Amino acid sequence: MSDTPVLEARGLTKRFPGVLANDQVNLTLMKGEVHALLGENGAGKTTLMNMIYGFYHPTEGEILVNGQPARMESPNEAIAKGIGMVHQHFMLIPVMSVTENIMLGLGETRGFEVKIPEALRRVLRVVLALIFLLFIFVFFQAKVYWAALLILAALVLGSLVLLPLLRRMDRINVAKRVRELSESYNLAIDPDDIIKDLSVGIQQRVEIIKALYRNADILILDEPTAVLTPQETEEFFVTIRNLQDQGTSIIFISHKLKEVLAIADRITVLRDGRNVGTVLPEEATEASLAEMMVGRTVILQVDKSKAHPGDVVLEVKDLRVEDERGQIAVDGLSLEVRAGEILGIAGVQGNGQRELVEGLTGLRPIVSGEVRIDNKESTHLLPRKISEIGVAHIPEDREKHGLVMGYSVADNLVLNRYYQAPYARGPVLDHNQIASNGQALVEKFDVRTPSVETLAGNLSGGNKQKVIVAREFSRPVKLLIANQPTRGIDVGSIEFIHNQIVDQRDSGSAVLLVSAELDEILSLADRVAVMFEGRIVKTLPIEEATRERVGLLMAGVDA
Amino acid sequence: MDVIALLFTAGTLQLAVATATPIALGAFGGLFSERSGVVNIAIEGMMLTAAMSASFVSAYTGSLYLGILAALISGALMAALHALLSIRFNMDQIISGTVINFLAAGLTGHLYQTYLVPPQWPGSVGTFQTISIPLLSDIPYIGQIFFQQGPIVLTMLALAFIIHYVIFKTPWGLRTRAVGEHPEAADTVGINVYLMRYTNVIIGGTLAGLAGAWLTLEWIDNFTINMTTGRGFIALAALIFGSWTPFGALGAALLFGLANAMQIRLQISFPEVPAELFQMLPYVLTIIIAALARPVPPAAVGQPYEKE
Amino acid sequence: MNESQAPKSSFRERFLRPLVVPVLAILTSLIVVAIIIIITAENPLIGLEKVGTGYWGIIDGALLSPRGLVNTLVATAPLILTGIAVAIPFHAGLFNIGAEGQFMIGALLGTVVGIYIDLPPVIHIIVTILAGITGGVIWGLIPGVLRAWLGSHEVINTIMLNFIAIALTNMIIRNYIKDPNPSTVQSLPLLETAQLARIPFPGVASSRLHLGFFIAVLVAIAAWYFLYKTTWGFSLRTTGLNPDAAKYAGIRPKWQYVLSFMIAGGIAGLAGIMEVQGLPRVLPVGFNAGYGFTAIAVSLLALNNPLAVIPAALIFGLLTVGGDYLQIRAGLSVHIVSIFRALILLFVAAPEIVRYIYRIKVKPEEAEGVPIPRTRWGS
Repeated sequence: MSDTPVLEARGLTKRFPGVLANDQVNLTLMKGEVHALLGENGAGKTTLMNMIYGFYHPTEGEILVNGQPARMESPNEAIAKGIGMVHQHFMLIPVMSVTENIMLGLGETRGFEVKIPEALRRVLRVVLALIFLLFIFVFFQAKVYWAALLILAALVLGSLVLLPLLRRMDRINVAKRVRELSESYNLAIDPDDIIKDLSVGIQQRVEIIKALYRNADILILDEPTAVLTPQETEEFFVTIRNLQDQGTSIIFISHKLKEVLAIADRITVLRDGRNVGTVLPEEATEASLAEMMVGRTVILQVDKSKAHPGDVVLEVKDLRVEDERGQIAVDGLSLEVRAGEILGIAGVQGNGQRELVEGLTGLRPIVSGEVRIDNKESTHLLPRKISEIGVAHIPEDREKHGLVMGYSVADNLVLNRYYQAPYARGPVLDHNQIASNGQALVEKFDVRTPSVETLAGNLSGGNKQKVIVAREFSRPVKLLIANQPTRGIDVGSIEFIHNQIVDQRDSGSAVLLVSAELDEILSLADRVAVMFEGRIVKTLPIEEATRERVGLLMAGVDA
Repeated sequence: MDVIALLFTAGTLQLAVATATPIALGAFGGLFSERSGVVNIAIEGMMLTAAMSASFVSAYTGSLYLGILAALISGALMAALHALLSIRFNMDQIISGTVINFLAAGLTGHLYQTYLVPPQWPGSVGTFQTISIPLLSDIPYIGQIFFQQGPIVLTMLALAFIIHYVIFKTPWGLRTRAVGEHPEAADTVGINVYLMRYTNVIIGGTLAGLAGAWLTLEWIDNFTINMTTGRGFIALAALIFGSWTPFGALGAALLFGLANAMQIRLQISFPEVPAELFQMLPYVLTIIIAALARPVPPAAVGQPYEKE
Repeated sequence: MNESQAPKSSFRERFLRPLVVPVLAILTSLIVVAIIIIITAENPLIGLEKVGTGYWGIIDGALLSPRGLVNTLVATAPLILTGIAVAIPFHAGLFNIGAEGQFMIGALLGTVVGIYIDLPPVIHIIVTILAGITGGVIWGLIPGVLRAWLGSHEVINTIMLNFIAIALTNMIIRNYIKDPNPSTVQSLPLLETAQLARIPFPGVASSRLHLGFFIAVLVAIAAWYFLYKTTWGFSLRTTGLNPDAAKYAGIRPKWQYVLSFMIAGGIAGLAGIMEVQGLPRVLPVGFNAGYGFTAIAVSLLALNNPLAVIPAALIFGLLTVGGDYLQIRAGLSVHIVSIFRALILLFVAAPEIVRYIYRIKVKPEEAEGVPIPRTRWGS
């Protein structure tokens, strides 16, 4: 192993309007190393990687590849220097085939070939520019025939420059190489498959092959395990080791402490866009890493007393719900939640959790089955009716479902009640009541906002979530359905919201908590139900729900 | 003569192909634009501007070919404005298209009244003559329909094949489609999304320009106010009808051209049948197809791409 | 509202700030049009003179002379109504390019009732107006329902429906309700009882001003109250700003889509029938004057606020009538008005250009211009 890092970031700074996303960040990656980049959501990990990949331009600082300073004007330069990136949200085009996705942006063509040397092409560009100037001149001299001639010349020369892009694509040879790569790295894919028909695990393989096809020897993986079960993650780690053995250097971005400790050779921690430090996994513990990430000692356990379950509040029998594509996503699911307990639904994303929550809250039609809330039939009720029974809902995607960004905080705080007294008399709104309600809730729930007239879109993520919680808890709650209630918000707000959920339980509400973060489920829930392919595989009391057991259940293995 | 027989004579179908030409060319123009992710309801405006420029330049220079060139350039310029507004200034693409349509109506009207009416008007130089392609035009029935046509019609037919090749078989087409489906993904493999969109919108503009040239250089020999009469919107309809593919768009355009040709024939033989029924046909068909067949548009069409 | 907490939301912030972009947009359009006139004139000096006499002609002819003012108010009425017919769907997140068609069908259905149904005076006016509104509602329902339940795009459908409306109206006039007098192609005249009263105006011999203008202003006020002061308007605006959050809040976006298009269609239809009742009192072939298209510019210039639609419509009414004075006084073509319309729309819809030209700095979070829904094809 040579001493020159294959990749080095020196003092990288990125300023967005109003935000300092990266501040003097340093990072070195050695040949064949797996280097983990750890940090909370919003700590600037992805921004840093996007700069290295040429997607963003650094405000300050420099990037060195193999000791040479490199200017990454666009991903093209990064790719040319052997850097490949697998984004958290895959950069694949759903309607195209694997082959087409892999060859996209490359000029892989076949058939007749016109070799135009780079020097000649440069000359051509200069000539084209000259023609353009000449054209403007003759145009204003009203010499139409000359103008016409110049345009024809420009078209002919221009198409010579473009010619490589207008030759026939070489799908056959690309597909052949993709097969070879997939065999040599043990990543089975079929180049003729269409992306939208593939599972996320396979799509991830396509992304890796796409980088390898471009001869990447530095691979950036952004939150690669977010969509995988613990067991799939294990398999994925084997792939990483495999790549490492063949000399690939890897930057592994994550916010999951256990994984980072398991896979990394070195760990660099970012907080608020700054370097906190680089440590070796042997010298670190989960607690020490968490403290580096957050900047203070973190209590990973939520402080809560034992549950005292009461009557059944939510009863679901044989529920079936379809997803957007009309396929059954919730497939004969049954569960019950009692007053004063938290039922946690664990599972890998995409196993029907969203459809379950949307079915229960009336947002998605129910195909068959029965839902009873508070012992009353409520299977096919409209969302508004369900909400009026006393069901509070903290949606998965707060920006999309929870808030109207163009409305003031006050308006958002009455979204579920604006049509009722005292906010409306008949069809006429009472803006004074809406404002005073807003003022009261903002104070009670500690929403940091300049005024209740401020647009919700201008609040921070944590405060947005507080607005939703304030609204949902501002009327009597019999059943709370919380889907990913703390995704992507700061630790302070997470603690606040966790405490609010536990308080709701203690005041006698039934709570259905859905989360892809196993740690959140294990620390909050009184019972854990594991969801796999639209069904509850098993429900465990919290005492029996060990990480390993739940992990196997998440993969559909009933242990 | 029997009505049905009259409607399907080679002459009627020849007319159908001719009148389908501006629609097909407009749809091809829209195809480049929308495949790269830019909604184009401005085909009408580009076509109108081009028709005026073609008429203007051919009359003042005496050359039909320079007229075509002027049409291509003016179509491209209007498209460049559309691209600038919707790509650089992030304007809603439908509003930008509306701006282009209004602007085209105003500018062509103003220039027409300033330069294209007597006494300034130097007089038209006529239109392109029909070309009979040797051998092919001798095929009975088919030959007259497809191969005895003006040069712009013949170009249109050839373009359908060329565009199919470019869009589906070349790296350029792959990039164009990628930019219209998932611009961010295209960006991560080093494709310049903005450049692709600008170029494709402008290529689209030249094709809409050729459609305009057909109106004043091949169909009739002078410009009149608002002479496109909605052909640009029918082109848009043909594009949707044809699911954003060149052959699909050509098929739809031929269908609409057939309706048009039948209307012209019927008006002569059966003046009591309301001509408006045939005028409505393309629009009604498009609404039905859009509602029932639901052709899938490029995923990112209409969404501006904002980086950083 | 708590004034002490938000001292910034003063008169200046609430009423003057939003005016900056529209006013500069109009100003910039005037300059650009002047440049176009100068370029296309025989020589720049003549061009400059034409700009001067033309612009003054618009003010003097269409605003300062009593007859011109009456004509401007008459042209403003349908623009207010069609402007609202564009603004309300905008608030629901939909783009109504079809005000023109709704206007036509309103005029058509109202005219049929006005010609053939014999009723006592006032009742006949009301029934005719209701028929016009119904026509517009039907034409608005089609794209609304198609959007709500089949997901097909309202922009395509309204464009298509405009052409269908024009063809349909012409067909019916020519074949069924044509005035037998062969010299003109127009419908029979409305019965006396269905005609809107004309209102005398000081200084104008036979005033063309009719009740339509006042009805339009009332409708604008009602639309404003509906949008901002009622729960119905709240539901509609919530849907437009975030349909997913609306669903979550118990609002059914599909019904809001249908509702907004029904209201829009009804108002555009009202504009259509009043244009017949108040002015020519017959429905001629080629009745479509492009109000429904100008309405898009009106609505955006008013930032989609129904009250602001009144002055915005007045500006376009002025330009419409002023077009004649451009021609009479300065020998310029009336098409200049279309260029104006395009440019004003351009600068209002892309405030970034205006800010760029005048170097206006805004904080990024305030950089939002008109709340235009991002439109896209398909479902």
